[in-house]
Amino acid sequence: MTAQAQRRTPAPPPGTYLGMPKFQKNAKEQLANEQLRKNLRHATGTIRAKRAARVDEVPEWEELRLAGEAIKNRTLRHLDTYLVQLEDSLQKAGAKVHWARDAAEANRIVVGLVQAKGVDEVVKVKSMATQEIELNEALEEAGIAAWETDLAELIVQLGHDRPSHILVPAIHRNRSEVREIFLREMKQYGTPAPEDITDDPAELAGAARRHLREKFLRAKVAISGANFAIAETGTLVVVESEGNGRMCLTLPDTLISVVGIEKVLPTFADLEVFMRLLPRSSTGERMNPYTSMWTGVTPGDGPQDVHVVLVDNGRTNALADPQGRPALRCIRCSACLNICPVYERVGGHAYGSVYPGPIGAVLNPQLRGIGHEIDQSLPYASSLCGACFEVCPVRIPIPDILVHLRKEVADHKRGKPKLEPTAMAAAGWVLADHKHFELAERVAGLAARALPNTTFLGPLPWPASAWTRARDLPMPPPESFRKWWRTNRGEEQQ
Amino acid sequence: MTIHAKGITVALFATCINDVMFPGTPKAVVQVLERLGCRVEFPLDQTCCGQMFTNTGYFDAAVPNVRNYVKAFTGYDYVVGPSGSCVGAVRHQHPMLAEHARDAGLGRAVDEVVARTYDLSEFLVDVLGVTDVGAYFPHRVTYHPTCHSVRVAKVGDRPYRLLQAVKGIDLVDLPAADQCCGFGGTFSVKNPDVSVAMASDKARHVMETGAEYLVTGDNACLMNIGGILHRENSGVKTIHLAEILAHTEGGDR
Amino acid sequence: MSAREEILGRVRSALVDVSVSDPVADVPIDWEYGRPTAMPEVLARFVEMCEDYKATVARCDEGSLASRVAELLGSAGVRSVVLPSGVEQPWRQAIESAGITVHGDEPPLSRAELDAIDGVVTAAAVGIAETGTIVLDHAPDQGRRALTLVPDTHLVVVRSDQVVSDVPEAVARLAGAVTDGAPLTWISGPSATSDIELSRVEGVHGPRNLLVVLVG
Repeated sequence: MTAQAQRRTPAPPPGTYLGMPKFQKNAKEQLANEQLRKNLRHATGTIRAKRAARVDEVPEWEELRLAGEAIKNRTLRHLDTYLVQLEDSLQKAGAKVHWARDAAEANRIVVGLVQAKGVDEVVKVKSMATQEIELNEALEEAGIAAWETDLAELIVQLGHDRPSHILVPAIHRNRSEVREIFLREMKQYGTPAPEDITDDPAELAGAARRHLREKFLRAKVAISGANFAIAETGTLVVVESEGNGRMCLTLPDTLISVVGIEKVLPTFADLEVFMRLLPRSSTGERMNPYTSMWTGVTPGDGPQDVHVVLVDNGRTNALADPQGRPALRCIRCSACLNICPVYERVGGHAYGSVYPGPIGAVLNPQLRGIGHEIDQSLPYASSLCGACFEVCPVRIPIPDILVHLRKEVADHKRGKPKLEPTAMAAAGWVLADHKHFELAERVAGLAARALPNTTFLGPLPWPASAWTRARDLPMPPPESFRKWWRTNRGEEQQ
Repeated sequence: MTIHAKGITVALFATCINDVMFPGTPKAVVQVLERLGCRVEFPLDQTCCGQMFTNTGYFDAAVPNVRNYVKAFTGYDYVVGPSGSCVGAVRHQHPMLAEHARDAGLGRAVDEVVARTYDLSEFLVDVLGVTDVGAYFPHRVTYHPTCHSVRVAKVGDRPYRLLQAVKGIDLVDLPAADQCCGFGGTFSVKNPDVSVAMASDKARHVMETGAEYLVTGDNACLMNIGGILHRENSGVKTIHLAEILAHTEGGDR
Repeated sequence: MSAREEILGRVRSALVDVSVSDPVADVPIDWEYGRPTAMPEVLARFVEMCEDYKATVARCDEGSLASRVAELLGSAGVRSVVLPSGVEQPWRQAIESAGITVHGDEPPLSRAELDAIDGVVTAAAVGIAETGTIVLDHAPDQGRRALTLVPDTHLVVVRSDQVVSDVPEAVARLAGAVTDGAPLTWISGPSATSDIELSRVEGVHGPRNLLVVLVG
């Protein structure tokens, strides 16, 4: 990692996502952050309400979801066909297509393309795929400054920080923090924030506009992602709110788009489904302010050197598991994050990945595999309440995939001496046969009779302390139900 | 649709947690069903729905529970359980577990018995066609619709309608009712900090209603929220839906 | 093996469970494309939704269009505009008569030159009532994309027969332009952000003033 003094852009925080401790530990730390919890509760509650109102307006919403699910399923089940068609359409429209097996290869390709232009800076539209592959750091190492232009990404970048939400990445920051970041950092990288700037969001947005405008007007190379890539026509789609997308996609002469292979859709007509599902699900609007659609090169309009980098980086792993595959339907709306009671309380940094929340819990272990502690812990970062499935515009059965991944993790850990498998095996024995069960009940009954005046148990030692640290536990009653039944109704059973 | 209840035989699915920890609930189910003219049997082969194992990723340990369920309940027209969570698990997970066990015969038997499995609220409203079961409970009560009952078993507003019909009840709405209480089975012990944060918020909402009783259709969630309510000396008592429905003007059963 | 071959190979191996080779036969999609959304009055809804997004909306007939355009620009304090080549002559005359400097885009203006111009006037391709969206397909009467991005005021003239009920009809109408390779810009109000504490701020990078004239 290059030292701050020689860097062209602000340094990200030390450590990597994979170096983070597992979810349980992360979560505990994040829970203690009162500011974060307050911001998240307000943010997710607000967006949740907006989404619900917009969805209620559409009587055929459920039909739309089913159509979205089906279109994505058709695409994923025939992904090779559609990728080849996409490549062909792109090339016919004048775009150059590159393929990247993993993050390292994608970065090599992009850095190479930028270097070939002889520039030392690029402007970026927010793209989760480029965050996933950590493109900015690869560019930095090649001496190329990658300026984030999405307001929240700008706040995160200038704040030497990591995003905490897919849609509103800087939600963990309040306005006074943003003001401080702008005052401290903007002057080092371009037009400074005005000395007398207040923490009023309109003024802060104004400072961002001024700071970024000079970059938009001079940049020769832009990097974007894409929300959708249409196989039939070779059209890419970027859905945004601020206009920085339009700036990056149309002003520079060279455009490089990094696109996950799962983003492809079969036909242009399919956008009628997704352009209704996405805005209402993500920002709770009928339509977002700006959507750009472009097909290769348009002579005399916008970039004349257009590249698309198609990235795998673990997507084929997810594709290969029919039960995990539905996670690839994701259109990155973040509705699941906004409804998740766990995410609301711990925020995005606890998940150790660019993709947090419920979708992160099912995507990361599939993209990255379950070798690391953090990916092993993610499938358990859920009470399986099922709210996420209800709001997912493409009906990803997140709770079912979580259970499936828990099985994968349990199998992966099999044979390693640990408390949990032993406890599970013991419980398994008890419940495998009603005679074992009745034996165990007799033991519990004895315990209860030994403590006749106790109705509730207070704090207990570990592992019961996980429960009793904050909650009382009722004592098992002296007589179980089946004992009662046998005693009082036994003669009625055949 | 009303079925003349006399002569209907119901197999009671007590659930393992009720059997051990909350025997009053299945007793209350027996009372309600018999009051409505059903005949109740309790097949002793039953143990557990297995979701504790399934949801922690130990599918092999869950399969014997599927077999026990089939063994206990095959042949009955109606299997009724006082738990949206366990009934939901049986319906949603047992077919998958039979497939996991690669046992087509088990799969067929599961499909048959799953089709006859009801949560108590569903059985009362849909099969017996009643919402007024002759209950009397003159207390202020708030109802938490447990996640699995609503989203997996899909009981909808049946429990609420049954509560509304209880004589003397003062039913108050629970704020943020659709938010999870944080139990999630092993989640409560694997991620205790988040679980407690969720349960505390739920308990706080319960206390805000001024209710004397918190009622749900799932004793596991009740135990979770109740554990906080009790630790905080809130004075709020917990009670299962079946127990309210069993309560009559004759006083305590 | 090239990356392309390897990725496509991985994709194919991943899909061994798929046995029907025709995507359409394999996964039927129960959906009728291009259906209109029911609403009492499409144009009224369009105006209502545009105003909801804080765009200024004016309605007029063909005869008064040019003067209305000039008037609205004047009220917005616009002193210079760029006009795409395909924009109608009467508009140009009315705007010039109002004392506003008119620039053309041939030869194409530089970014710096565009940045110094107050506004842009264009036609449109489609209007979407349900969402208050205006779609440009950058035909000659709309100009290249930079023209409607850099100046701070955008006045767009939408004809009433261009307005459809909702997204499905719009997508159907735009398919031809896309097949011809045209880029599209969907505009729903001025730009906005809610990134700071979820407090909505209008006008970040795109034109901060959106003026809509609905003709006919």
